[in-house]
Parts: sequence; structure tokens; C-alpha cells
Amino acid sequence: MTGSLGPLDRPNTYIGRSVSRPNAKRLLAGRGRYVTDLQLPRMLHAAFVRSPYAHASIASIDISQAASAPGVHLVATGADLAKLCKPWVGTLDHFSGMKSPPQQPLAVGKVVWAGQPIVAVVADTRAQAEDAAELVVVDFEELETVADIDAARAQGSPLINPEIGGNVSFHLKVESGSIDEAFRAAPAIVESTYLFGRHTAVTLEPRAIIADYDPSEERLTVHHATQTPYQFQDIYSRHYGLREARVRVVAPDIGGSFGMKLHVYHEDMAVVGLSIMTGRPVKFVADRMESFVSDIHARDHRVSARMAIDADGTIRGMDVNDVTAIGAFSSYPRTSVVEGNQVIRLIGAPYRFRNYRADLDVVFQNKVQTSQYRAVGHPIACAVTETLVDHAARNLGLDPFEIRRRNIITQDMYPYTSPTGYKFERLSHEACLEKLYALMDYPRLRREQAALREKGIYRGIGIALFVEITNPSPAFYGVGGARISAQDGAIVKITPSGEVHCLISVGEHGQGTETIIGQIVADQLGVDCEAVRVFTGDTDVTPHGGANWACRGAGIGGETALQAARALKRNVLAVAAAILQARSETLDMRGGQVVDAESGNARIDLAEIARIAYFRSDTLPHDVSPQLTASHHFAPKGFPFAFTNGVQACHVEVDVETGFVEIKKFWVVEDCGRIINPMLVEEQVRGGVVQGLGAAFFEECLYSDNGQLQNGSLADYLVPMAGEMPDIEIAHVETPTRDTELGAKGCGEAGTAAASAAAMNAVNDAISPLGASISQIPMTPQRLLRALGHA
Amino acid sequence: MSSRIAVAVTVNGQAISAFVEPRTSLADFLRNDLGLTGTHLGCEMGVCGACLVLLDGKAVHACLMYAVQADGQTVQTVEGLSESRAIADIQQVFHERNALQCGFCTSGMLVTAHEFLSKCQDPSRAEIRDALSGNYCRCTGYEAIVDAIAETARGRADRAGIPSQAEQAAKSDAEETPS
Ligand code: FES
Ligand code: FES
Repeated sequence: MTGSLGPLDRPNTYIGRSVSRPNAKRLLAGRGRYVTDLQLPRMLHAAFVRSPYAHASIASIDISQAASAPGVHLVATGADLAKLCKPWVGTLDHFSGMKSPPQQPLAVGKVVWAGQPIVAVVADTRAQAEDAAELVVVDFEELETVADIDAARAQGSPLINPEIGGNVSFHLKVESGSIDEAFRAAPAIVESTYLFGRHTAVTLEPRAIIADYDPSEERLTVHHATQTPYQFQDIYSRHYGLREARVRVVAPDIGGSFGMKLHVYHEDMAVVGLSIMTGRPVKFVADRMESFVSDIHARDHRVSARMAIDADGTIRGMDVNDVTAIGAFSSYPRTSVVEGNQVIRLIGAPYRFRNYRADLDVVFQNKVQTSQYRAVGHPIACAVTETLVDHAARNLGLDPFEIRRRNIITQDMYPYTSPTGYKFERLSHEACLEKLYALMDYPRLRREQAALREKGIYRGIGIALFVEITNPSPAFYGVGGARISAQDGAIVKITPSGEVHCLISVGEHGQGTETIIGQIVADQLGVDCEAVRVFTGDTDVTPHGGANWACRGAGIGGETALQAARALKRNVLAVAAAILQARSETLDMRGGQVVDAESGNARIDLAEIARIAYFRSDTLPHDVSPQLTASHHFAPKGFPFAFTNGVQACHVEVDVETGFVEIKKFWVVEDCGRIINPMLVEEQVRGGVVQGLGAAFFEECLYSDNGQLQNGSLADYLVPMAGEMPDIEIAHVETPTRDTELGAKGCGEAGTAAASAAAMNAVNDAISPLGASISQIPMTPQRLLRALGHA
Repeated sequence: MSSRIAVAVTVNGQAISAFVEPRTSLADFLRNDLGLTGTHLGCEMGVCGACLVLLDGKAVHACLMYAVQADGQTVQTVEGLSESRAIADIQQVFHERNALQCGFCTSGMLVTAHEFLSKCQDPSRAEIRDALSGNYCRCTGYEAIVDAIAETARGRADRAGIPSQAEQAAKSDAEETPS
């Protein structure tokens, strides 16, 4: 289903073309400038003393030896930084009743997770800072660790945050329709309890920050590997009492972020304070071990779910209970309850049943904080829904495609409001399902599967529909009181030689934002792509905006750029009209030339207009005042979110003797609305799928009962490698949103959203003839052997 | 703190003499002392491949070596390989195929690709995936990188006038596609 084409679909448009990323050439030549690479004059380095215990009170800290170690400039404790930094609390008003304790940069009085920073050492070199950190002596009194979600909620459990009076941060119940009735008379009920392991982002560039405070101007510059520089400008300013206009956050090249680099981290807040205390630039780069114990983790959910089904496969309703463990406090400024909230609101999203009930419990434990990471909540909601649908299909003898066809929300039902209140403008489940069926040659795979089973080879095919939240309006965070912008801004200007600069608040960290923004500006203005230079990621230069979270770069940033470029074009044509003594409606701009709109004949070069406007304005009529810079801000106004959808399929072979799974092939059909650059969309999807497959098969932060991370190094924590990953075939359906002129929605999280669900369905399809099933990820060989009854 | 030791090493064709602390890794020496920040650090334990450089023509992990161990040898980093145009065709195909996102793994990928393609002219996709077993990429999902290396190999074979095995195999596959 494609919306009206309009001016974006004319021939020669840049929109819809696979343009390569101009900025990638720099990275390919080793000329990237990551925060990790930066060295500033008089720069110092910070290292942290971290807690070896998951839960302990701090009896005393002795910094005397460290303070006199070679190269050391400052040793700061929690109490020192607390004098400068206002504490933060990770709650939001729209999560009513939510609780979380105030946070300080460094531990004060007690520690609540193993790895929590306690003391900061600032020295001339990093090695000196690390050496001196070893000389700090901290006396702990160990407390009982709360590591398990059931123990945490049991009567008499030790309290992680006694001031809150319990280990539960948040509870939410949603209910719609008549769930008890739906189950009472149901001919079939399927149910399962799922475990979704804790995992983490593992960006290849670890977190990195340089804070540079200049006391003479009371000015703070922070070079920060972050997705959200404007959010951090606000946070540093408010928590350190600095004037906002004197706080500058620069996000240069970033070595991966995936949602992990938009949260407040204790070390980052500390580094700002350390720079204020020393009056010099202070750098901190987490090493990989530190990343594992201090970057946010994600998931860690236990979901019990059941589904009531009619004999013909119609889903009647779902009843769900999600318990999630978030660490010792809720993250800031987005909270740690968003994932659970999205899990229970996205379950069942592709389907039209109306009876739904869900309970969510968000629990504290002595581990590092969890929070938003790529596809927040989606993989869990998707896996629970899609594995139950497959389970139902198996019980009823229906094909997985057929049961989905019978239950999806169809074209005649839009706009559609889900039982949990999500409003879908228009999705394309039928088209995606049918496209996938053909793309993967489903009947052939089934025939092959049957033939191989005779020979004792266990292949499985799994499909998973998904719905993804993109283009978030202020309904996401703003309404809860978070100072997180849902709008973005762009400034587009013509240089004196007739080239184009675009400054925009959405950022670049490899997904290709600068490229697609350049395509949109070139297209809408009527100039060559090569003439447009896009600049991102500096709060002193680029307009204020939300930047990159929840899939908004193309949808919101793109629309902002489109509107700014159109405004600039109007201005350019007005000047051209004055010069040519024509009416501006009769003119157009193409390929950097003002042309006669009807005939296409060239009238005047953009460079000539710029020359006259900037250097010979005296030759223009009195009432013409050229405005060759235009700006525009845009926030979504219609639907609160632009939902996207799609379907994924996974083909596996399970070695039932060893529990090893070979992922043979993967397919995705996705609908992210208007596609600006197909190659970049596909690469986002592929990268997303592989992160989802990582969660499905390999990635898990394993903890001991006393809260120690057992596999916190890249040698022990498994991430997907080239040899284990399949080729991923992708096809598109385009349903542009009508809320914007551009019609684009997000695509960065789509791959991750359903990959683990498709993988679980494929594995279960492979092992179901043996009467086995698995409902826990990662599906490690040991767990599969256990499921197969071998262990 | 131990005293500094002299090292003489040729880096990207330039003779360098320096005094380094014995505990300084080759990666830190290249990055901090010589400003060659194209060599990245992702794990500092020899697992991720972000720090790969050529030492006397062989790919090594710069995070696992001390700078003093490179004494008397030649080092090529991504900067040098770029300037000498030794990897220009690989870089161009990586660019066209978008075989990088954040770019943090890219220098290591290029070093691996360069070494691999100098030994294996006509690799299969499985061989390429295998060759990348010491290079982590968290962004791309690897497929574009595999495509780019395969494409570079094809381009080199074309220029040398050698028909590629993979092409022939693909052709015969297509001919006997099962119904
Ligand atoms: S940094 Fe050397 S292998 Fe990872
Ligand atoms: S491109 Fe980001 S790690 Fe490979």
C-alpha cells in the first residue's frame, strides 16, 4: 500500500536512491575523530576506584597515598562531588507511583552494585591515574545481596533502597475487554513462561567523555560520545548550576551507541565535576571491563503469558505477567521502566483480539542499571506473542502463515487502536506476509524440511510479525516531565558560491543521518547532492532537538530538513524573481539553477543569486531583502507515534546431539514508510537483526548469586561473529505516514525487534518433532540439550 | 615507574626514534605518541581486531604488543595503507557497498581484508566469513563487509583477466535451480 506520490516521486529525485555516505570516506582512511582520539592541551585523565561488592556500606575511605602518587592532581570522593552536583532521580510523572532513589556521581555511604565508582583519581596520564587508584583504601561492611527477582519481593528481603521501603520500583496493570470470559470458554489455551537474559550493547568504541571547564568564562565544553548532546547540555547545566548557554556538548564521530549512549552515567557526571574542580580538561574512556560493569544492561524479564484461541485459530485474548529487574535504581533521565511498559503494551500488537490483561512489576536488585537499548521492549513483546501464536498453530494443525493471516489487523480496520491504547495509522501486515512467503519460497523450504527430517536432520522455519514504535511525539517523555525534546531543528543556508550548508539536530553515528538529510535537502532545494554539506552534533552550532533515540532521525529529522529546504527555496526563488523580473511561481530550481518551471529552461545560477545577494545587494530593488538562510523546527503532531511493521523469518538447523544451531538464512520484509535511501535502510535492518540474533543465541550478562558479573570481558561475553551469521535478504513495503510531507518512519530498531522471536520459532519448529521446546534466550547449546532431555 | 627505553621503528615508511615506557602498548604508542588514531581499541585483549596493524607485513594486534617489541621492525597502519593506496580498491568498494557504519571496526577490517586478499584471490563467502573471525563489528551485521571483500576480489580478478570460481559456481547453481 503506497500513499499518493506527489512531488517526492518525480524522476531524478534523490529520495529513494542508494547514495553512498560521503562521510564514510573519512572513516575508511582512518581519519575518524572519536572522543577516544581527542587530546586537548593540559588534558588530565580520570580513573575510578570501583566497588568489588554488589551491596556494602562504606566504613571509611583513605586517599592519602593516592593523593601523593606521581602525576596525581586530584583524588575526589562521593562527598566531594556531592558538594557540586545536584543529585538526580530517575522517575517520570506519567509512570504514576514510580520510585527510585537519588543518585550522586560517586558512591556516598554505601554501594549498590559491583563496579559502582567510589573514588575518582585525576592524573597526568591514564596509567598514573590507574596506578594511584590502586592505592586508595576503602573499608567495606558487606551487606546481603539482592540478586533474584522473587527474593527481592519476598517478605523480609534486605532493602536496597531503605528510603523507598521496598524493592519494587513500579507496578502497572493494563486491562481491556473481558479477559476472564475469553479464557473461560476458550477451546484452546496455550501458555508459557519466558526468560529473557540480561545483555548489553557492547559498542565497539566504549563510552568516552572529555569535560573541559574554563573558570575564566564559567564555560563548560564536553566532548561526549553520545546520541543526545542537547539532553546532556540541559543535564550538565542544571545539575552543576551552570548557565545553559555556556554549556556546549559536542558529539563527534561515535563508535556505536544503540541506545546505550544516551543515559546519565555516574562516571560522566563525575568527570564534569572533576574538570570544574581542576579547571582543566579531564578525559575518561571506559575500558572494556569497565564497560561491562557500568554501561546500561537491557532486558532481564521473566514473562508468563497465556493465549486463548478458538478452534479455527482466532485469538480471543492474552493474559500476561512481566517481572523485570532493573538494577539498584532507575536510570536517568528516561527511567528503567520504559522497557517493561513497552513490553506489556506491544504484546499482541499485530493482531486484532480485544481481550487483554497485563501486569508489570519492576524490581530493584544489586546489579548495574538496565535501561533503553535498541528496540526497547520490542524483542520481548514480539517473542512472547509470536511463539504463542506458533504454539497455537501447532496445537491446531495450522500453518504459521495461515494462523497469522486469520488474526492480523487488516487494511479495512485502520486507523486502529490497540487494546493497550496504541494508535496505528496504517500498517501493512497482509502485504508483508505475502511478500515474505514468496521471498523465502516457503513451500520449497517446508518440502526440504520434511525430506531432511526423514534423514534425521532437524531444520526449522520461524516467522515473526512485528510492530515498531517510531517518530515519538512528546507523549513519550515530555508529558512525564523529562526535558527530552520530541522536536528537531534544521538551519539551511546558501554559501556565497551557491553551495549549501545544513545544520541539523539529529546526529550521525554510522546509520547515515548526514547522508539522508543531504539527500532530502538536495532534492527539495533542487541542487546536486555533492553541493550539500550536513553538519551535526554540536549544541553551540546546531539547533536544539531530540537527536537520536527511538527511531526519529529520518522521520522527524527528515521532515525538519524537508521543511527548512522548502522554506529556503521559496526565499531563493523570491530573490531570483526580483532579479529576473518574473513571478516566483513561474520559477523552479533544478540542479543548482533557477529554471523556468514550465519549460525547464535555465534562467540564472544559484551561485549568481548568492553573489548578488551577498556582495551586490545594492543592485536589488529596495523592497527585496534576500534571506539565504532558513530554519525550521518540527515535532510530530498527529498520531503520538508512527508505528512501522514487518515480518522476519529465520531458517535454522539444530544439531540435536550437541545443541548447536546453524543459522542458515534470514529474511526481513519491512515497512518503514517512505524510504529515503534503500541501501542504508537495509544496512540498518541487517545490523539490527544480528544484534537480535546475538540476544537469541549468545549474549548474556551472567551473574553469581552474590551479584558478581561472571563474564565481563569480550573474551567471555559472546557477541555474534561473521562466521556464525547468515546472509539476510530484505524486501520492502512502503506505507508512508500521512502525518508528514516526507512520509518516512524509523527503521533502526526493526531488525532487533523480531529477530529473536523468529529464531525461537525456528528452533522450536526444528525440535518440536522430538517433543521439545525452549522459551529462554539466549538459546545456548546447554539449554537446548536440556530442552531435548539430554542433560 | 620504570624508565624509558629507546625504540627505533619504521612507521608508514617513516623512521621513528622514540623513548617509551616499557609498559606502553604498540597501540598506545601509535595513537598517543604518533597521533595515528586510525588504529582503534575495542577490547585491549586481542579479541576484537579493532587494533590490527601490519608488522613486517603481517597483521598483529597492536593492543597485545609493547611498543618496544616493535623495535627494528616496520609498522603499517590504516593511515599508511591509505596513503600508499595499497588498499584503495578495498576502501572504494567498502564505501560503495556501505560496509561500515560507525567505522570503529573498519581499520581492523581493512587490515584483515588486505592480508586475506593477498593470500586468497578467489574466496568463497564462507572463506571470507571465516577470515573475519577475529574482527568484531557491532553495527553492520557483517554481510556488507563480506560483500565488499568478495567484490574487491572479483574486481582484482577482472583486472587480471581471471574468471572467478564463485562466478562459475553461481552460474552453474542458477542453471540447476530446483523447481
Ligand atoms: S583492541 Fe586489540 S584486539 Fe581488541
Ligand atoms: S561499523 Fe561499527 S563496529 Fe563495525
